[in-house]
Parts: sequence; structure tokens; C-alpha cells
Amino acid sequence: MSTTTMAQAPAPAPNPPAAPRRVSGGLLDPKMLWRSTPDALRKLDPRTLWHNPVMFIVEVGAVFTTVLAIRDESAFAWLIVVWLWLTVLFANLAEAVAEGRGKAQADALRRTKTDTVARRLASWQPGQTVDPALVEPVPAPRLAQGDLVVVEAGEFIPGDGDVVEGIASVDESAITGESAPVIRESGGDRSSVTGGTRVLSDQIIVRITQKPGESFIDRMIALVEGANRQKTPNEIALNILLSALTIIFLLAVATLQPLAIFSKAQLPGVPDTEALNGDGVTGIVMVSLLVCLIPTTIGALLSAIGIAGMDRLVQRNVLAMSGRAVEAAGDVNTLLLDKTGTITIGNREARAFIPVGGTSEQRLASAAQLSSLADETPEGRSIVVHAKSTYGLRERGPGELLHARFVPFTAQTRMSGVDLDAYGGDPARLVRKGAASAVINWARELGGVIPADLGETVDGISASGGTPLVVAESVEGTARVLGVIQLKDIVKSGMRERFDEMRRMGIRTVMITGDNPLTARSIAEEAGVDDFLAEATPEDKMALIKREQAGGKLVAMTGDGTNDAPALAQADVGVAMNTGTSAAKEAGNMVDLDSNPTKLIEIVEIGKQLLITRGALTTFSIANDIAKYFAIIPAMFAAIYPGLDKLNIMRLHSPESAILSAVIFNALVIVALIPLALRGVRYTPSSAAAMLRRNLYIYGVGGLVIPFIGIKLIDLVIQFIPGAR
Amino acid sequence: MSAWLQAAVVLVVLAAVHVPLGDLLACAFTSSRHLRAEALLYRAMRVDPDADQRWSTYAGCVLAFSGMSILLLYVLLRVQAHLPFALGHHGMPPAQAWNTAVSFVTNTSWQSYAGEGALGHLTQLAGITVHSFLSAAVGLTVALTLIRGLTRSRTDRVGNFWCDLVRGVVRVLLPLSAVFAVVLLAGGAVQNLHGFHTVPTLAGHTQAVPGGPVASQEAIKLMSGDGGGFYNVNSAHPFENPKAWTNVVEIILMLLIPSAIPRMYGRMVRDTRQGWLLLGVVAVLFTASLALLSWTEAAHHGTVPQAVGASLEGKETRFGPAGTALFANASTASADGAVNGSHDSLTAYGGGVTLVNMLLGEVSPGGVGSGLYGLVSLALVAVFLGGLMIGRTPEYLGKQIRASEIRLVALITLATPVAVLVGTGLTLGLPTPRRSFLNTGAHGLSEGLYAFTSAGNTNGSAFAGLSANTDFYNVGLALAMLVGRYLTMILVIALAGSLARQSPASVTRGTLPTHTPMFAALTAAVAILVVAITYLPALALGPLAEGGT
Repeated sequence: MSTTTMAQAPAPAPNPPAAPRRVSGGLLDPKMLWRSTPDALRKLDPRTLWHNPVMFIVEVGAVFTTVLAIRDESAFAWLIVVWLWLTVLFANLAEAVAEGRGKAQADALRRTKTDTVARRLASWQPGQTVDPALVEPVPAPRLAQGDLVVVEAGEFIPGDGDVVEGIASVDESAITGESAPVIRESGGDRSSVTGGTRVLSDQIIVRITQKPGESFIDRMIALVEGANRQKTPNEIALNILLSALTIIFLLAVATLQPLAIFSKAQLPGVPDTEALNGDGVTGIVMVSLLVCLIPTTIGALLSAIGIAGMDRLVQRNVLAMSGRAVEAAGDVNTLLLDKTGTITIGNREARAFIPVGGTSEQRLASAAQLSSLADETPEGRSIVVHAKSTYGLRERGPGELLHARFVPFTAQTRMSGVDLDAYGGDPARLVRKGAASAVINWARELGGVIPADLGETVDGISASGGTPLVVAESVEGTARVLGVIQLKDIVKSGMRERFDEMRRMGIRTVMITGDNPLTARSIAEEAGVDDFLAEATPEDKMALIKREQAGGKLVAMTGDGTNDAPALAQADVGVAMNTGTSAAKEAGNMVDLDSNPTKLIEIVEIGKQLLITRGALTTFSIANDIAKYFAIIPAMFAAIYPGLDKLNIMRLHSPESAILSAVIFNALVIVALIPLALRGVRYTPSSAAAMLRRNLYIYGVGGLVIPFIGIKLIDLVIQFIPGAR
Repeated sequence: MSAWLQAAVVLVVLAAVHVPLGDLLACAFTSSRHLRAEALLYRAMRVDPDADQRWSTYAGCVLAFSGMSILLLYVLLRVQAHLPFALGHHGMPPAQAWNTAVSFVTNTSWQSYAGEGALGHLTQLAGITVHSFLSAAVGLTVALTLIRGLTRSRTDRVGNFWCDLVRGVVRVLLPLSAVFAVVLLAGGAVQNLHGFHTVPTLAGHTQAVPGGPVASQEAIKLMSGDGGGFYNVNSAHPFENPKAWTNVVEIILMLLIPSAIPRMYGRMVRDTRQGWLLLGVVAVLFTASLALLSWTEAAHHGTVPQAVGASLEGKETRFGPAGTALFANASTASADGAVNGSHDSLTAYGGGVTLVNMLLGEVSPGGVGSGLYGLVSLALVAVFLGGLMIGRTPEYLGKQIRASEIRLVALITLATPVAVLVGTGLTLGLPTPRRSFLNTGAHGLSEGLYAFTSAGNTNGSAFAGLSANTDFYNVGLALAMLVGRYLTMILVIALAGSLARQSPASVTRGTLPTHTPMFAALTAAVAILVVAITYLPALALGPLAEGGT
């Protein structure tokens, strides 16, 4: 994945497989290590390294030991010096590799930035046709907010904005990686266009909404490059803890010197060693001890973990506008999920035809099919499909319906249908389907009798989460209600399992829908969400978010429309769909380029994984110190107090090999953990208690045990090197 | 009394009173009524006990009150020659008076003087005994602010210092110490205002022994976490600790309030499981160190110890090695610092265990109040690591541990090591302080390390074997006590203020549970790990080096 461009980014995983999933990031390409080495060397500059206090101290120590080694040469001293420099270099390498992956993506994005000349409209009123005389060419970077530009087929859109007139198909593959063109039109929730994308057909007029140099692509480049990456709140908190630990170790090591001098002076007969002489512990060994103790492992990998976390989001085509938002995602308590598109597949489908008043099913099916033949909505098509698959009614050819006039759906009549003239023996016939109240009124006006069982059937369908469409016909002026079509939302497969997982993680899911409470409850139960908000208006959504937040909860939501913008801004994590309006994209703190609302769940997992990785490596880093003490303390002091050799439980070869092994282990463990830092530790959704137990065993107990093994193994190898013998 | 029986009696009694005493403590500090005596005191002090203070005001009160206390005690010690019941003692020299004043006001009670040889009865009563009460009550107040910080939200108020102080003295310490003074009196502790009696000793010499208001001081000395003895040999003196059974009572007294505080905490944070968790951590650490200490004392490999079954040198025969080990462990695990034997004479590893008890920050169970805030600080570090490992911003009792909180927790963790390590480093590094060591080599080093460990953690027990009445130790140890006590307290109150300002986060299944054995293990592990990584080099050159030979 290391060099994958945005355009090749993998499509989001289709809905969840049943097996436990695992959030994973890109793998580490060994070539990447080599390629990042120049960057790593550049980062040795103390002015850069200063921002990482732990590694800065290692560098100061490396400089100090270099001076000592030059003054007082020995093979042991030079070996320590080399490995101390390598420790700093490995830390820089971790950061450089993490940044390198972002840079590759940024370069790919930059290539999409072309020098466009915009055609700006000097004056234009809505509805007016474009007068070529009033069009002036302007270089795209000089466009101001509020400028109107006209873009025709084949042209690049010069900047981010909203379509104010026209409709066009746009190729957005440059930013989304999705090659299928999308429709952008004025008004509604599909009006936003992004600079750098290409119009494939038709002509649109766009009002520019970006400030010069702050286009979406500019921001994307800055984000993936980590150009102005700021430390996130949790990273700051962790840095404070690491600094405090570093201070403690500085103190412990600094105050050790008078103790060592005193102890040595008490036993004048003991000869000087490489580690301890009359002036106390030698500088080389003192620095080695300090570097081994301070939390270098997590200090070296901390920024790489943060960069890689953002990168994992980018690989899933999500742009987080700040690292803070990614962290907040891990803390989310409540997920607001739009029903349509997230929990259910976009459209409702016909599930059953239920006749009333003694009508036969076949007849109802025939009428339902007839009324839907010209209905190109997904619901209409599903009725035709259902009639064919269940009742064997084939679609009718064009010739059969010569005498038919189709009545389209309007918001006023809330019905659609077909009018058939009397033809070939058949009497004239009107067929209607639509909302129950509208069709009942229509039938009553035409003198029809409403069957007694209709009301019950309609209510029953509503209560079970379906949408009832009543079908009626009027033959020669006599109206009659035939029955009800049951439309039902289709809950995406695997959603219930996902929501169960969420619940185990302590996250409450709330379904947001415009449906009535009865329908909403039924779908909520079927999908397994914890709660639902029915007949939701943007105000209701906002009120719900505020209520949750007042109870100390963090809320995440997705949205696309302009009316979602206030709620997106209010939510702690607001994911705007890329298909949405600029207002929505501006208000949220993340943008999903795939416009896939289900991705919110993955975002939460990535946020958690980021924090877990930090916590796990911190614990590992601190736990490592115990083994290092067991290596170094006997090496330093067994000469004066032979009893301390009891602490040398690893039976290391010699004092020099012991100290060197600890230093080498300390450096190598950084390299060994770079892939883990970039990928993130394994994360399977489970309860907090289970997760704590698992990570404590692996990284806490493992952190205690592994260095004992590692240091011993290194000692077995290096005991043959001169200087460690 | 056999070793097992003594320990069993102590633990059974403490377990039996844990819940009722903890509940009483919680009631004492949460009730909205003021007793008549308290109301009179408030009127005399011209304070409104119901006016809650900001954390900064509260911390200011702690500092001002303690500063005034140090000044008053200093003056009393300096001018005692001119006061009644001076028994002919002179005023204390300035450096020693400074050390003593700081020592008792910080609840340390490190003594660079011998009680019967330096203080008159009035000084013992109005100086030492009074400050045992007050310093313990101040420790409680700070713990109370932290509890309020955790339970309150969206406020900048953490309670009223004067109200907390008065209640601590009037409702908790005075009644309990009155009862136990009578108990000790019944056991044979003395209580009078007599001067010196000259008594012939068994060896045929004569010895001058003063009487004094001992029983009244003894009860609060043990219960307050103060530990400064009326007599030089402290609880090894028959007038202070006459019998084997009073020895058990004294051990119980040292642990009584600190071990009941977790229950009070659980009640006050409205989740008793949190109290049980802290008690669990305390129990694990205490039993582990007691087992280690008893084992090292019994299993010493010297010739004489092998012959008599334990190392007895420096131990009071009335209590035996087991009674001494139990006392020493209770004294260093609580912040009391009373001794009934010479810690210098513990085996090398045994002395190391008492050091580690103190270096843990005295959290098993620690001092009155100070044990609780030490424990909660450790729990917060554990929450921070544990919280990250479950993928959330760390939370404790619905409060988020963010940069501002972790900064304060980190500084709290740093304050005492700074005092201990810098002090020990100077002691070993400078030529003068080293001359006070009565031993050479690793044991001498332990003497220096012990002095600053005891002062920095405001324990006050002495290793013995150190001539501590020099300007360096009088001034330096006092500074270590001030840093260890007040820097920590200010940071804890600031932490309380920071926590109180937060709005509570909701607790869900995704929240780190802080009442499980798993979390107790994590907290205990953090406590041990922090001590190990901070002090292992120093311990290696002291007790470990000595014990290895």
C-alpha cells in the first residue's frame, strides 16, 4: 500500500463478513525503509528533534558519548556510540516512513491540479442564458469567493463551489478514485462540485465557495502530507507522561553518581572496570543506562503512530480535518445513523399484495402491476418485479397499452396510475395506487365503498415497519378498493452483528429516519439498533445531539444535506458525504469520499486502534525497563559488590556485553515495532474489560518477558565481538 | 504472642471496623449539620463553614495554616525554657527547632532530638500533641478536596478548608484518641506531669526517667500518622508501649484510620466498589511486604540468628522479631513512622522492605488522607495506561484524564522522588553529611537513603545509625519534608480543581471498569513499577548490595 495513489485506493470493504473483522492498515514495504533513510538523516537536526524530548535526550547522549569515545578510545565505547546514533536514526526512520506514505499520496493528488482557465461571468441572473459577451477568462487561482463561472463538457471545474444552474455528469475520479461519473445539479443535496474534477456532459454554472489556495484538493494534500500536523490532545497528554518519566530517570541516573563514588571509595582495593572507576560510573555506561531507561520505544514511535492513524483513514477514502477528530472517534458513545443508505439499502421493495373486500390476489397483482408499469421509481419497479416473480405476470409489451394514459405521481395527488380507454370489449378503466388516505378519498369521490378490512390491513403493514400503498380501480365510473401493496425497507445484511459489536464496545446506535414511529420501531428492531428517532427534522437531530452531549456523551453522525450542517458542526465527529453540499462538507470534521455512511463504524474503530497502539507501546516500553536493570546494574556494580551478580539472572557474558546487549535491544526493538506502529495493534471489538485483559497480557507481561529473551540472544551473539568480550 | 496470632488479630480487627468506621468518616464529612462546639469555633475563627472555596483559595488556606503552625511551634521550641513544666530543658537550637517544627507540622515527626532529653511537658502537650492532631486533619482535608473533585462537576469549588479541618479534629481524631488513650493507660502507659525519677537499673547503674502526659500523646501519635515518640526509643519504651498486647493495639492504631479511608472514599464517590478496589490494592501491597519482612527477619543467615531462630539484635525482647517486623511494616506502610525497634538492625533485605514501603509513596495504606491521594494518583496513572489500551480517552469515575490532569498527576509522581533522590545524592556527594554515618559501605549508604526517604515521604521513622542533629540534616531533611508534603498537596488540590470543572462523561460498557481485580492488579503493578524504575539503582547499592554479601 505504501505507494498507492488515491486513484488506486481500494474500494471500501463491502458489508461485514460474519467472521470477526480486524481493522488493518497498509503493510510496511522494506524498500520504504531504505527510501526514507535520507529523510531520517535530515531529522537528526536538533532543531527538529527538539520537539520529541525523549529522542532529543538520546541524541544529546549520543553526542556526549561520541566526545568521550574520541577522548578515550575503546572498542566498547565506539560500539555504544554507534548503537546510540542508530537508536536516534531508527526513531527518525519510523517517522519518515510514516510521512513517506502520505507524501506519495500527496504527489498523486498534486498531479491532478492542472492550470485551469476559468470562464467567469461578469453578470448573470438566475434563469438567464449565458451571454458569451459577458464571459471573461480568469486563471483559476485568481477566482474569489462568490464568483460565478460557467463550465462545459470536457472542461475542468476551476474551484470548489455549488452548482447554481444546470445539471451535469462529472468525473470525480481524481479525488474519489471512483471512475463512474456522478450527477451534479443545482438545488438539493447534490449541488457541490470540487475543483479539479471534470465535467463530462452538459453545462453548469458554479458559484465558487472556496478561498483562493484553500481548495479541497489543497487541504487534502496538506492533510495527507501532514504538513501542519499538530499534536492531538491525547498525544500531548502522553507526551507529558513520557517527559515526566524521562525527568525521573534523569534524576535517578544523575543522583546515582555520588552513590557510586561513595560505594567505590568504601572499597579501595577493588580494581577499576570499564563501567566503574574512582570517578564513579563512566560517562559511556551512564548514558547507556539512561537511554535504556527512558521510554525510547514509545518516544520513537509516537508520531509515526499518529501519522499512520490518519493515513489509515485516507486509505479508506476518509479525510479527517484534524487529528483531534480521529481521537474523538475512538471515544464516541453514540452513533447517529441515517436509516436510508446506512441501515437499509436505499429503496423500499414490494414484499406482498394483500387483497381486501374479497378481491382475488391475482386481480390485485394485475392492477398493481398495471399501475406501476410506467413508474420508474425503484418502488414502482419492485412492484412489477414482485408481480412477475410471485404471480407470473409478465410485463406487457408496448402494443398492448396503446390505449393507456399514464398518470404520474405528484405531491398534490400523492397517487400514480394509469387510465385505460374502453377497447376491444374491455370497459374503460382507471387504476390508481398511492398513499392510503389519497386513494381512499379518490375512491370515495367516485362513489366507491371502502371495504371494512382495509383500515386493519393498512395499520398492520405500518405497524410491522412496512409502507402500505393502496390500489383501487374504477370501472365505468364505479370505484372499488382492491387491496394493499406492502412495501418494506430492506435492512442490509450483517447490520445486526455490527450493532451487537458496537454494543459490546459500549456504543449506542440511534437510527434517524423520517418515517412514522411505528415503521421506525419495526425497522429499528429488525436492524438491532438501540434507539431510533422517528419523523426526524434537522431540529430534532440537533436537539438529540445536544441532549446526548449534555449527558456527557460524544456523538458521531453522518450527513450530506445543507440542513445537516448545524448538526454536523455540533456533533463531536461529523462525517460529511462527498456527494453532499459544500455547507455540509464545511461543517463536518471528516469527509468520506466514497459517501458511504456505514463507514462511520470503521472510523470509530480506527480512532480506537490509534489510542490502543499508543497505550500498548507505552506499557511495553515501560515494562522493558525491568529487564534492562537486570542487565545493567550487575554489570556496573558486581565488581564492588559481588553479591549483586545474583541479579544477573540472564547470565550475560561480561559487563560490557551486558550493557551493549541492552543498548542494542533498545535500538532494535524500535525497528521491530515500526510495522506495528504503522499498522496499529490488532483490534477486535469487545468489551473494555476483555480488551484490557488481552492488551495487558500481550504488551504488559510481554513487555516484561521479551527483553529478557532478546537481551540474552543478543548477548549470545555479541560475546564474540572484541570490545564486548 | 506468636507471629501469626499477632498479624491475624491486627487484620481481623481492621477488617471488622473497616465498614463501620469508614461509614462514620463519610458521615462526618458529608453531613450538613454543624455541632455546637464546631459552630463556636467557626465563630471564634470568623469563618463561614458553608462557603465553598476555589482550589487556589483552599490551597492557600492549607499553606497559610501550616506556615503559621510551623512558626508557632518553632517559637515554642525556642522559648520553652521560660515556660512552665520545662523540666530544666533549654530552648532548642535554631536549626533543630526548625527541623522539629517542620517535622511535626508536615506529619513527619522525624526527630533529631531525644524526647525526654530535650522537651518539657508543656512543649510535648501544646506543641507535639496539638500538631499531631492538626497535621493529620490537614492531610484529611486534602483527600477530601480530591474526592470532591471527582464527584462534583462544572464547579470551581472544592470545599471549605476550615470546616474540613475542624471536623477532622472534632469528629474523628479527638474522640478516637480519647478512647485509645484510656486503653493504653489501662495497659500501663503513663499519664502525669511528673519530673525525672532516678531509678536503679538491673546492671547496678542509675537512670533518670521522666514521667509525662504520655498516654494522651501516644494514642494520637499512632493514629495521626505522626509517630514522634515522647521518649527517644519511641514505642520500644515501656512507658509508651508497656505490654505485648499494647504492641498489638499500637499497630492497629497506626493502620486504623488509613485503612478505613478507602471505605469512606467508596461511600463519598457513591460507588463502594471503588473503595473496595483501593482496599484490595492496599491489602496486596501490605501483605506482600509483611510476608517479605517477616521472612527476611526469620531467615537471616548469620550464625547467631540461625541459632536463636531469628535476628534479635536491636529488637525489643518483649515484642520479639515477629512483633517488631509487624510493627516496622505497619509503621512504614502507613505514614506513621513510630518504631518499636531499631530499623537499622533489621536484616539488610528487611531494611530494604521498610524502604520500599515508604518509597511506594506510603500508599499501603499510607497516612491519614495522604494515603488516599497517593493511591488515587497511582490509580490515575493506571487509568491513563489502561484507558489508552482499550482505545478511549482515559476516564476515572466519569472524569477524563486529559493533558491538564496528567500534567498534575505526573508532577505529583515526581515531587517525592525529587526530594528523596536529590537529598540522598547530596548526602552521599558532600563530605560533611557522610560523617554522620555510623556504618561504612552499603549499610552506611542505606542510612543516608533512609533519612531522605523517610523525610521526603513524611514518614519520620529513623533507620538509626545516623547522627542526624547536624545543620545539613536539620535543614535538608526539613526541606525534603516541605517538598514531599506541600508540593504534593498543592498539586493534589489543583488536580481536584481541574477535575471539578469537568462535566462528567457517561459510563458505558466501553468505559474502563475501575473496580475489577484486573484494575487492582494494574494499579498495584504501576505502584511497584514506578518504585522499581525510580529507585532500583539506589536500592542496589544499599540494601541489595548489603544483603547479597
